[in-house]
Amino acid sequence: MREMKGNLTFMGFRRANGEVGVRNQLAVFSLVTCANEAAIHVARQVPGAAVFTHQNGCGQTQADMEMVSRTLIHLGQNPNVGAALLVSLGCEGLNPSRIAEEMGQSKKPVEIVRIQQEGGYFGAMAEAGLKAQKMAQAISTLRREEVGIEELVLGLKCGASDPTSGLAANPALGKAVDRLIGLNAAVIFGETTEVIGAEHILAKRSKNREVAEKLLSFVDGLERRVKASGSDIRGGNPSAGNIAGGISTLEEKSLGSIVKSGSSLIQDAYEYGERKRGRGLFFVDSPGREPEIMAGLSAAGSQIIAFATGLGAPQGFPFVPVLKICANWKTVARLPDFIDLDVSGVISGEESLEEAGDRIFAEILAVASGKGTKAETLGYSGSTNIYTTGPIV
Amino acid sequence: MVDQQTQGQGRRHILLHPSDNTATALADLQKGEILPLASGKGNSSITLTESIPFAHKFATTFIPQAGEVRKYGELIGEASQDIHPGGLVHIHNLVSQRSRGQGR
Repeated sequence: MREMKGNLTFMGFRRANGEVGVRNQLAVFSLVTCANEAAIHVARQVPGAAVFTHQNGCGQTQADMEMVSRTLIHLGQNPNVGAALLVSLGCEGLNPSRIAEEMGQSKKPVEIVRIQQEGGYFGAMAEAGLKAQKMAQAISTLRREEVGIEELVLGLKCGASDPTSGLAANPALGKAVDRLIGLNAAVIFGETTEVIGAEHILAKRSKNREVAEKLLSFVDGLERRVKASGSDIRGGNPSAGNIAGGISTLEEKSLGSIVKSGSSLIQDAYEYGERKRGRGLFFVDSPGREPEIMAGLSAAGSQIIAFATGLGAPQGFPFVPVLKICANWKTVARLPDFIDLDVSGVISGEESLEEAGDRIFAEILAVASGKGTKAETLGYSGSTNIYTTGPIV
Repeated sequence: MVDQQTQGQGRRHILLHPSDNTATALADLQKGEILPLASGKGNSSITLTESIPFAHKFATTFIPQAGEVRKYGELIGEASQDIHPGGLVHIHNLVSQRSRGQGR
């Protein structure tokens, strides 16, 4: 493995609890769908603040309320967040004090504003604005310092895929992932939907039987829920469009997605909203849809999300840079404002998968040190949500 | 891990893993095209016996009926009939082992 010394570190923000962020943002979290607008409006008043909104927090099953609560707690604990402001309506089903307390266990400033207790929208805006300004100023003095690559935590996603995804963008990303794991960094992937048909392969790549059984139970759980709604992933895939594009079997389709996780052993598998512990490769139970999986990857601790696309997906995430990698030259040419890294040379035969993987690796480190991604510089980060599995009641 | 097929300018197909017995077209390939093929035993070449559309697969070795079909270094299904080197591998001669009701 070729390693230049300068490549083994990046410039990150060391937090009070010892963790490292690649961004240093005040994050404004809406705790319930009814507080979204106030959260968005207060974040707009404070330059550099990020806002996370979602459609949950009330009128849900006990299990979903727990999943939403732990996701919010762990999003706030993400090391890219320097300080957090929670915007509560006041009567929501989840417990704002518990969320603030557990978020604060990561030793960062956390404040709550309750709209119903602060005199409505305008009262809450005044209170929230002053708290946000104070926290933004407090975190502004932190400087980047050189840290080892083992502090890096990368999330993986593919979306708006096409045949170039499985042939070039995903396998090249897998090469970069193998290299990161070899250097003792952490990588998190998910998309349980994409695993169906290749679950036996991931089970084989699991560190032990317990991890393999957790992975298989996630797949079974998702399949059961999909079947209960009258659909059948295993029966309907690959789709007619997949077959026209050259994919013959479900195994092949799933492998084209999970190849982005490289070839390392899976150290552990987590439920949605849980936080990863340790280094190496991890799996988090999650759907394939962008708003929910990117929240799951970020709650698990991802500092950056590497996102392989074929047709070009626009979205970023509020305080986690999302790096778009594409091997379709037409998309690269058509969507220069979405695509960060062009690996179409793998398809045209000008570049090997290893060379493309090395460029992805270098770009991840550049973004870790502060380089803005296309989605960040566009400010396209509002499509966010938290995964739930039960009915709205 | 080495991608033996990924080096060189103007490559028109990709072998995603050294243990694969299928390669994937990176352009629309014509019947009769002769493609360089690296394997553990050294370099050789393969002649396409059919046209292979972009992103479709061809066999790099003889795959007998019920034999394993491999891509990404993994099993993607089994051959439903004999597949000859340079022939198209798709739903007419490859079946899933993981679709519903099978293999589980």
